[in-house]
Amino acid sequence: MNDDKPKILVFSTEKISDPAIDLAGLLKMHYPATVYTVTVPCSSSIKPRWIMHAFQVGFDGVFIAADGTDCPYSDKCSENTAEIVRQTQDLMRQKGLETARLKMAAICSVCSEAFVRQIKAFYDYLIKQKQQENA
Amino acid sequence: MKIGVYICHCGSNIADYVNIEQVKKAIQEQGEAFLVKDVMFACADSSQKEMVQDIKTQKLDAIVVASCSPKLHLPTFRGVARRGGLNPYNYVQVNIREQCSWAHSDDKKGATAKAIRLIQAGIEKAKNSEPLEPIKIDAVNAVAIVGAGVAGLRAAIELADMGTYVYLIEREYFVGGRITQWDKLFTTNQSGREIITKLYNQLISYKNITLFTGAEIVHTSGSVGNMQIKVRVKPRYVDTTCAFDKEKFEKAIEVCPVEVEDEFNFGLTKRKAIFKNYPGEFPELPAIDYDNCTKCGECQKVCDGIDLDQKPEYLNLNVGAILLATGFDPYEPSEGEYGYGKVPNVITLQQFKRLMELCPEQLVYKGRKIRSIAYIYCVGSRQQNGPNHYCSRYCCTAAMHTALLVKEKYKDIRNFHFTRGIRTYGKQEHIYHEALEQGDVVFQSFNDPLCQVSAHNGTAIVKINDFLTRGKPIELEADLVVLITGMVPRKDNSIGQLLKVPVGRDHFFNEIHLKLRPVETVIDGVFISGASQGPKNIMEAVNSALAAAAKANNLVKKGFISIEPTVAFVDTQQCQWCDKCSEICPFDAFEKIEQDGKQVASVITSLCKGCGMCLPVCPENAIELHNYTDRQIESMIDDLVHV
Repeated sequence: MNDDKPKILVFSTEKISDPAIDLAGLLKMHYPATVYTVTVPCSSSIKPRWIMHAFQVGFDGVFIAADGTDCPYSDKCSENTAEIVRQTQDLMRQKGLETARLKMAAICSVCSEAFVRQIKAFYDYLIKQKQQENA
Repeated sequence: MKIGVYICHCGSNIADYVNIEQVKKAIQEQGEAFLVKDVMFACADSSQKEMVQDIKTQKLDAIVVASCSPKLHLPTFRGVARRGGLNPYNYVQVNIREQCSWAHSDDKKGATAKAIRLIQAGIEKAKNSEPLEPIKIDAVNAVAIVGAGVAGLRAAIELADMGTYVYLIEREYFVGGRITQWDKLFTTNQSGREIITKLYNQLISYKNITLFTGAEIVHTSGSVGNMQIKVRVKPRYVDTTCAFDKEKFEKAIEVCPVEVEDEFNFGLTKRKAIFKNYPGEFPELPAIDYDNCTKCGECQKVCDGIDLDQKPEYLNLNVGAILLATGFDPYEPSEGEYGYGKVPNVITLQQFKRLMELCPEQLVYKGRKIRSIAYIYCVGSRQQNGPNHYCSRYCCTAAMHTALLVKEKYKDIRNFHFTRGIRTYGKQEHIYHEALEQGDVVFQSFNDPLCQVSAHNGTAIVKINDFLTRGKPIELEADLVVLITGMVPRKDNSIGQLLKVPVGRDHFFNEIHLKLRPVETVIDGVFISGASQGPKNIMEAVNSALAAAAKANNLVKKGFISIEPTVAFVDTQQCQWCDKCSEICPFDAFEKIEQDGKQVASVITSLCKGCGMCLPVCPENAIELHNYTDRQIESMIDDLVHV
């Protein structure tokens, strides 16, 4: 975590959380400009290697805006995504990365406020981490 | 690879917050794109033609369009790619509006830096893009319409006429919605009930429409083209199979000892527990309000068509799309707002319209003959200090039209309008002129509140600082004050929550784009219409209902829907057939095959829905998803952080 402002990679989902993030913009609900979104079909499709790659190339945090119970594909999406997070956290521990740098929250298609609230809290957490590292 | 990049200003929507010149220069300097252009509106015809021309003349291999959300213009620019001779999947959309300029309108520098990174990531995705063809899935040629008001009825008839099966689901026991409460309507002077009667008679002539009253959707599953909905139908407590005996049912209503507030007349009168809102209402059978019914059995003594043992029914239906026509609620003023609930002779426009119908000869309210009326406009709309900043559109016209009807019906009444400026747009301007010509007086103010209302010896005093007379304080004594209340979203938004339909800042249902995709939502296969998406008069509500019907029909009528070709594929060299992909796939889209002497997984393309759940479970990383390959995702991640 080198630059001043934490960079967050968000994995959002085409049908569920991406509309919520769009809605946040439409409603001019501001969040830090160093938050970048990559869209995937479903949060259960995120490979741990993609998350690890993000940390490796310099992202400070990864946020999975999960489908949760709204997943149009499977009612097991939440547990599948949780398993992806668990596996990735194991990999993070092996690399000496703080597991709190990976965060997951269910973001429904209208959860724009929840998204902004979560992402701001995550951003604040990462700032504190950076400050501690630099101290 | 020759990639063309188009950066959209979106008028000022992007350019006000993102420095387009700086973005263009940065992308040019990075040297990954063969051609970089900025355009005022990428979606404009002229811009599309320019892109098509560029693809052809510059022999581009891929294009990147940096503009709005892909929810809005993905099909537009795929069409551009196709017309230029490119495979549509060699085009990449980059969202620099909803997820950049608007989200960071407080941070122009940050928004500009982000736009550069997003576009660069888009270029990376385009570089790794591959030509693909859409997949076709079966679609059920049936649509569920929620709400049988004027919009829902009109949409149902139109869809049925185009050959689509319609399930019309109305939560109330009777069809027609709000407009059955209104008498003469502008411009034809037909009553709302006449319009609904005409539509209902037309509706029942269609064999491909099934109407459910007292019904609501309680569960949904599946996705666009093939949605399973569970509908709960409340009992009517009336035997719907017996022959309709009007006299017996009228007698049953007469003998019912229960009296409750009549919502149809906005509490001005009482109704019985067994009820119909007006004679000739559809369906013709009355219904029993079970919550208020004491089950005394008096109605059963005079009518054998009553059945108090009926239970709710649950129906499972299969539809390709859902069209919402759930309407609005009238704004309910808070206690004391312009004297409402405190000054005895203050009522809302909706109550007043019912009052007029209940007073055929003389206009009398609470025993007092009404000779002067003060109409206070914009109550619950255009609020400076409240949550409803929007204009409710219909109310200026409704108020002026009501004032004309008042004079026509009762002659010796004086009308006084307290306004923030009259908005009788379009043809409705004639009403305003007619009202002025008949001697109505108009006051205006921009204060919030507009005026003050207080009680005075059985009348009301209305005080205003009138803008039209240079702010002169004016006091007026009126027998009746009518609050011109606007439209608000339905208090009960359970259907919106069930289907996850987004709402806008005004809390009405939100369309993808107000101008370009005005009846579609981000939920595939869910359309919105009428006042469920914002204040509308009847004409506008029907316009949007017809648009939604056409869009829904267009989606399901072919019997198939083209979906994204984002199916999984297996690297059979890597695959060791461990069965994990097959176990997790919700669609049974994997099969075991023999290849080069070993057992490997193979994707059944017709069953794969492209969810990608199989990707992370493969221990050999042998599965990828078209359009979301490791190479595409990881190169995008690289560019988001490294530019």
